[in-house]
Amino acid sequence: MTTYSFDDDSVVVIIGSGAGGGTLANELCQKGVPVVLLEAGERQSSATFINDEWPSFQQLSWGDTRTTSGTWQIAKDFPNLPAWICKTVGGTTTHWAGASIRLQEHEFRARETYGEVKGANLLDWPLTLPELEPYYTRAEDKMGVTRTNDIPGLPGNNNFQVMYNGAMKLGYKHCSTGRMAINSRARAGRAQCMQLGFCFQGCKMGAKWSTLYTEIPAAEATGKLELRTQAHAVRIEHDAKGRASSVVYADAKGQLHRQKGRIIAIAGNAIETPRLLLNSSSTLFPHGLANGSGMVGKHYMRHTTGSVFAEFSDPVHFYRGTIMAGLISDEVHFNPDRGFVGGYEMETISLGPSFMAAFFNPGAWGKDFTRVMDNYTHLAGMWLVGEDMPRESNRITLSDNTKDRFGIPVANVHYDDHPNDIAMREHAFKQGSAVYEAVGALKTHRVPPYPSTHNMGTCRMSLKEADGVCNKHGQCHEVPNLFISDGSQFTTSGAENPTLTIVSLAIRQADYIVEALKAKAA
Amino acid sequence: MQDVKINRRRFLQGSGGLLLGTLIFGSGPIALLAPSRSWAMEMNTLSSDVAAKLLLVIRRIYPHDRMEDAVYAFAVKALDERASTDPSVLPLLDQGLSDLDRLAGGNWSSLDETRQVTLLEDIQHSDFFVLIRSTSVNSLYSNELAYQHFGYEGASFPKGGYLMRGFNDLKWLPAAPAEASPSAFS
Repeated sequence: MTTYSFDDDSVVVIIGSGAGGGTLANELCQKGVPVVLLEAGERQSSATFINDEWPSFQQLSWGDTRTTSGTWQIAKDFPNLPAWICKTVGGTTTHWAGASIRLQEHEFRARETYGEVKGANLLDWPLTLPELEPYYTRAEDKMGVTRTNDIPGLPGNNNFQVMYNGAMKLGYKHCSTGRMAINSRARAGRAQCMQLGFCFQGCKMGAKWSTLYTEIPAAEATGKLELRTQAHAVRIEHDAKGRASSVVYADAKGQLHRQKGRIIAIAGNAIETPRLLLNSSSTLFPHGLANGSGMVGKHYMRHTTGSVFAEFSDPVHFYRGTIMAGLISDEVHFNPDRGFVGGYEMETISLGPSFMAAFFNPGAWGKDFTRVMDNYTHLAGMWLVGEDMPRESNRITLSDNTKDRFGIPVANVHYDDHPNDIAMREHAFKQGSAVYEAVGALKTHRVPPYPSTHNMGTCRMSLKEADGVCNKHGQCHEVPNLFISDGSQFTTSGAENPTLTIVSLAIRQADYIVEALKAKAA
Repeated sequence: MQDVKINRRRFLQGSGGLLLGTLIFGSGPIALLAPSRSWAMEMNTLSSDVAAKLLLVIRRIYPHDRMEDAVYAFAVKALDERASTDPSVLPLLDQGLSDLDRLAGGNWSSLDETRQVTLLEDIQHSDFFVLIRSTSVNSLYSNELAYQHFGYEGASFPKGGYLMRGFNDLKWLPAAPAEASPSAFS
């Protein structure tokens, strides 16, 4: 087991072991770079994952208090749980459903393509699809994405069959089990998907890609990685020249430690990453580390989402099998005739009775609610996920009066739905319902957004320093040896599930860091 | 649940009651599993009387006509656990139940179902109601008996998942073509 001393300032310190941090750690270690990986949560495994929704939620989720504000429904339904992300080794790659789709070319140029959208702060990425394509290819191979690299698609489950037939009757052309980082065949030492139906609870087959049992053990095998679990970063420090110099973190007992580092990379998800920078203010950086532009925490995006559930007279048993291997992509293109910019995907989803009860219509009671629950085995369901608008006013700030157990201010998540988000959600609800009505749904239900699983944009990439926090390599404009390595980098959200893009950016960032270390440029 | 022992520990705890019942639906999914028709659930903090009243309140909030009281007992147990860890809970429950009786002009439990629900609607924003609703929604639907009731098959890993057990057994719509939904085996 490799260990590094607290004073070893030759290491790269990475905060967070999910899609961004876990991948970056492995890519660096493979190239001989020493890495200390700090993870706030504990280490689980396929053996310890639990096939039961609430116990699993307790095991994996980031349950520390956050606060909310704004007009979004989450602030009413789940005021202290704005996001459904994980605190565990592997981060949210333990919980994610595996959908792995590339951003579309025009989505990197949202400002140019959509024009000015009032009340939004659209910006083009400083990066193009052709620049990212080679890294998408590497990510798809690494993750074993179906329908790439000659990997067959997954077989569709009952929920998919309902979606597929409805989509065809409605005249949609593009419906399949999609591109999923879930093994349809045994591959890379991991098993074939056995259709457990517990993708969100950590895959007990290990068929779904997670850094927990791919990148992290591969990095450990190089002898270059030291993973410290239950290591919760509270502050990043800098030297007199304004270069990041160390990370202060609390261990399981609340004891503080200071790990020095040559380079520091933050991948704490788009709520904790800006929170950490804001909590790292100093005389030199009075508004937070790397926040000279004032952009840290702004442009929080969470995708325009919602679900449609439909009741049928015949059984579906939608909980059986891979949760999200079902995709309609006919609405993902840019088509302003629909009354909004950006597009959305429709993806199969199912919930067990525990989560169904909690999320179907939060706060509902009485017969209208229980009648749907009684029809549980006859339900089909889809999740709607589309591009939302970056707005300066949708942002992560530090709470004025709520502190965590270390006495550090928690994050407040403020979000107001933009009129574009509302128009898109309305369109998606209507189309989703039409899919099910086309195959005889007795009743369809519009289900409000769940706590956010896709969190993006709070330290966005920008060409100009004044417009964002980091450059196209995730390198902070103001602090050259400080990197943003998670979805916080996203300049805009696109419509696609973000993990594949986060992984691709992490691979690209690792190449850049290795070159920068050689050239002493970071 | 039928293995209730009046042991020393329980005797010393003293304050907790017992929720007792009988399975109603003899051929229902739960009765088929249960070794006995009668059941009991032990309470740490709630008295038998309070537990029984709360069970009825929860049944009216989440009415499933064919669901056994034995399932609702899990939600009562969750409230009992809350009351055992948070001393403000028991007075809130006691007060809420007596408020219901007061609104009922006597005994809320003895009203007909429609009238019971009307009075619950009147207090649905009270702390009492919100505590019961929010605790119940996360316990009533999250236990093995509820899974049986709703026809949900629960943990699938021990059974090898659904690949050979009906993940694609839907017959009332045509199968999707292989291009959209390839076979699981080459």
